[in-house]
Amino acid sequence: MLGDTPLNSGADAVVIGAGIVGACCAHLLRREGMRVAVVEAGVIAGGATGAGMGHIVVMDDNPAEYELTLYSQRLWAELLPVLPPQVEFDPCGTLWVAADEEEMAGVEAKFASYTMRGMRAEILDGRSVAEAEPALRKGLAGGLLVRGDSVIYAPCATAWFLQGVDVRRGRVVAVTDGGVRLEDGSSLSCEVVVCAAGASSSELFPQLEVRPRKGHLAITDRYPGYVRHQLVELGYLKSAHGHSTESVAFNVQPRKTGQLLIGSSRQYGVTSPAVDRPLLDRMLRRALEYMPGLAQLSVLRTWTGFRPSTPDNMPAIGLCPERENVWFATGHEGLGITTSLGTAHLLVDLVAHRTPVIDPRPFAPERLWRDG
Amino acid sequence: MADVVNVRINGQELEVKAGTTAAVAVFMAGVTCFRRSVTGEVRAPLCGMGVCMECRVTIDGVPHSRSCQTLCVEGMEIRTDG
Repeated sequence: MLGDTPLNSGADAVVIGAGIVGACCAHLLRREGMRVAVVEAGVIAGGATGAGMGHIVVMDDNPAEYELTLYSQRLWAELLPVLPPQVEFDPCGTLWVAADEEEMAGVEAKFASYTMRGMRAEILDGRSVAEAEPALRKGLAGGLLVRGDSVIYAPCATAWFLQGVDVRRGRVVAVTDGGVRLEDGSSLSCEVVVCAAGASSSELFPQLEVRPRKGHLAITDRYPGYVRHQLVELGYLKSAHGHSTESVAFNVQPRKTGQLLIGSSRQYGVTSPAVDRPLLDRMLRRALEYMPGLAQLSVLRTWTGFRPSTPDNMPAIGLCPERENVWFATGHEGLGITTSLGTAHLLVDLVAHRTPVIDPRPFAPERLWRDG
Repeated sequence: MADVVNVRINGQELEVKAGTTAAVAVFMAGVTCFRRSVTGEVRAPLCGMGVCMECRVTIDGVPHSRSCQTLCVEGMEIRTDG
């Protein structure tokens, strides 16, 4: 990509990582008038950004996560008029699916928490769920339809944020008081370093408690209209926010092409990106429990990716505890597409000594910093 | 085995020799658009050996069936993207 900063001169800010979070941060730092360089060890959007689904979703698991996701969703909505069609924005909404009456109680709680904050949500009974999504199995208890949620193609959004930004291929091996040093021995001087390295963040900052959490996805051929909303089982949060070594949850997303993305799995302690057949089978069997007809569709490809997960499921956004020039924007687990924009706005406000729109304290990196 | 079988292509009745592939039957019916790409381009068989996936049509309600690898049988219902 053509940049606006020559390679050998310094930048005001260096962002480590060209995933969607790094790209958003670079975009906004540049808007502040800073000379920004992004250093990426692999390819643009080649980590969790490219591997994930691209669901823009408000999550209500805890107040801070709710604030960040809601803030981010509003920022996405503001950006919508200028996003190119390649971003494939699809306002399909989310249908949280309740399998039984116990989960229906969860639907009511979720409804209360969403509508209390002025979000649009509708409780659907079993019959309405069947009408809304005929491919779901019969006999489901109901669900919660959240119309404000949407889907995007994150790699294209990332490329859009990086327009006009100087992106350099290289691996940062050290962060110094004056900038960053790359694997090839070169250095880049700058005032501000933003680590947005996702699941790789702890390679550079071993004290930061961000660890990779592997996930699998499958994509089908095109079946337009087969699924209309992003479908997520209500038990998804148990998988996403639990910390068991391995878990799966039903999560199916319609793409604008008519293809379906089928997820999801979560796995700790694995570094190999290879598809884990037994876990993939478990994930697909879970999907079949909710949508038996999926068995008749052809899957074109399966792959894996690594989410940057943290012990409390919240990202690290803010100043590094031990450095005056290093900021973090990482640890977004499976929510980085949604929260990239909110994260970048929050971070850039902090860097510019402005008061952020939402309270930054729950995201302070100190809570993830180990002594040593 | 019968010498001929009757199939329907986009609703049009067609008698073909036994052993004819669905791809050939589609051409015989005068249809040249087997499917449309994601951007709406017309696609038709290319490799004829089940690899390129360009010949996909809906056969007896099953979308994305490879017409070049499917032999016509009596009563087969073939739909293309037109």
